[in-house]
Amino acid sequence: MTALLEVQDLKLGFRTEGGLARVLDGVNFRIDAGQVMGLVGESGCGKTTLARAVLGVLPHHAAQIDRGRILFRGTDLLGADPRMVNDRIRGRAITFVPQDPFTSFSPVFTVGAQIMDIMKWKSPRRPADNGGARLPALLRPYPGARRRADRAAVLELLDAVQLPQPERILAKYPHELSGGQRQRLMIAMALLTEPDLVIADEPTTALDVTIQAQILGLLRRLATERGVAVLLTTHDLGTAYEICDAITVMYAGQEVESAPIDRFFRSPAHPYTARLLASLPKSEGTVAGIPGEVPSLLRPPGGCRFNPRCDRAGPECTAERPAATRRADFHLVRCHHPLAEAAP
Amino acid sequence: MRRFEIILTRLLWLVPTVVGLVVIVFAIANVVPTDPVRIIAGENANPEQIEALRVKLGYDKPLYVQLLRYFADLLHGEMGTSLYSQRPIIDDLTSRLPATLELTLAAILLAVALGIPLGVVSALRRNSLLDHGLRVVTVSGLAIASFWLAMELQFLFAMKLAIAPLNGRIAGFGPDTVTGLFIVDCLLSWDIESLGSAMRHLALPALTLALPAAATIVRFTRAGVLEVINSSSVLYQSAMGLPRPIIVWKYVLRSALISTVTQIGLIFGVLLSGAVVVEAVFDWPGLGTFAVQSILQSDHKAIMGFTIWAGCMFVLINLAVDVLQTVIDPRSTR
Repeated sequence: MTALLEVQDLKLGFRTEGGLARVLDGVNFRIDAGQVMGLVGESGCGKTTLARAVLGVLPHHAAQIDRGRILFRGTDLLGADPRMVNDRIRGRAITFVPQDPFTSFSPVFTVGAQIMDIMKWKSPRRPADNGGARLPALLRPYPGARRRADRAAVLELLDAVQLPQPERILAKYPHELSGGQRQRLMIAMALLTEPDLVIADEPTTALDVTIQAQILGLLRRLATERGVAVLLTTHDLGTAYEICDAITVMYAGQEVESAPIDRFFRSPAHPYTARLLASLPKSEGTVAGIPGEVPSLLRPPGGCRFNPRCDRAGPECTAERPAATRRADFHLVRCHHPLAEAAP
Repeated sequence: MRRFEIILTRLLWLVPTVVGLVVIVFAIANVVPTDPVRIIAGENANPEQIEALRVKLGYDKPLYVQLLRYFADLLHGEMGTSLYSQRPIIDDLTSRLPATLELTLAAILLAVALGIPLGVVSALRRNSLLDHGLRVVTVSGLAIASFWLAMELQFLFAMKLAIAPLNGRIAGFGPDTVTGLFIVDCLLSWDIESLGSAMRHLALPALTLALPAAATIVRFTRAGVLEVINSSSVLYQSAMGLPRPIIVWKYVLRSALISTVTQIGLIFGVLLSGAVVVEAVFDWPGLGTFAVQSILQSDHKAIMGFTIWAGCMFVLINLAVDVLQTVIDPRSTR
């Protein structure tokens, strides 16, 4: 399989008042076409930053990219012409489902107006922008025939995300809809432009628990039907287990392990992954925490950033970050002292 | 319909507002240590004549009777006679209204046209040289006294550069009256020469009034844009690759304008009071000049008439702003 998205050795930081926060430290990451990949880690581990780096919406005055590449179908998104990326990739080949459906709509336009604005620019029926006599964006027309076709597609997809009476929903303002309805709309918008990759950044954390499972199931089903790859960031292993094909674990700005879902839960190789799995609440009601604290990103520990909390750590762990070793097909781990293979 | 309700409530509120206004203005007029009867009677009148006139004009009655009489007259559209023009005050106010309206509308349009784009750009380039420069200009714009600015503009543009007239509203006769707004009337009768003259005359007083107003609008628009530009909805639209101009000038601006529009209503009140000074400096034949002349002559009834007139305009403008608000922000009609 060829990689759809491949992040190579991405290192970036945010300039803060306390100095440079080293948020991503040489991260490698890949998603294949049609794959649902979970990006798992605690809050502050850099998963949202990684998602935003791929989307190209890092805060430009604070973010500082030191090195690395983000290859999408072989094109480096960091090095390519920003206008081309904004016009053809962002919102078309790569779309976004935000964390908070409550605030991600503009409150002063109807959701229909906002969806049609996305379609005006991102519809798969829109011909490629080939320069020529360019009108300013605000004055660009929306041809009637395409508009009608786009609207039909919108109504069809609203039906697919199980929003009844789509015409009425489109006429409403965001505050007149429930959180579940809004997130269904967000999923519909992410799929409308027929993308190759949907980046869903904790898409259910803002929702009621009962709605969460429905939304995740919906996302998984629609993505699989359409052959769309999904990058799902979450801090919840249960969520990842339910809908992902594979999981990549991040800790304090470093990816530590990546594995297909069955191997991930059956035979974790990195001590942090094992600790993370052990910290899931057991059926008898006990919870095992991980001793220590997440390190400061202003002064992170050298080498593998998990070493201060790791009971297997040796001197080489502070000296150097281990290279990735291959455990099995698509199972990579970056650890000097990985756990032994579990008995099948 | 919610919008209709808002309009109706506001119109009903106009009545107590004007009543309160009249009472306050009436009280102030009677606290001021001048005797209106003595002024009306003239310098050569003897004490007997003054007392006779006082009885004739009803100034000998208790204050509350005078106030009630004033209200009764108001209901009939009577405001008394102006000492200055010897005409009914209500006629003076009506005939001078268009000049002031033209001036303040031009000023507010100019202020909006300058203030909103500058506010947006200032927010987008926060802490840039442009932003800092604009901050200096807006703070001084708010601090500068309008009569001083008016005279400086006159000095520079009318006297030194001689590209604008010193004062007045138009050269020669005005256009045929339809609306009373010279610019509109010139356009209606397609009188290009008068239009040019009217616009040149309007430029300096309108600019004088517009600068402090524009400064307020810049600051509120900037704050509004900054609040929205870092919101999740802008992050979402950027991540979906919507063109930046659409995000800024359509979505962000509309949200940001909610607070600015409220301000524009309040600014209008400031403009009305500013017009009093600016009209006097530019000899603009509007309500402001009338007010200044009335004050200089201690013409109580004329001052009260002007104040009530200005109060009503202020309330009506703010009503229009409230209606506009419900159009811009759908949440406000909840």
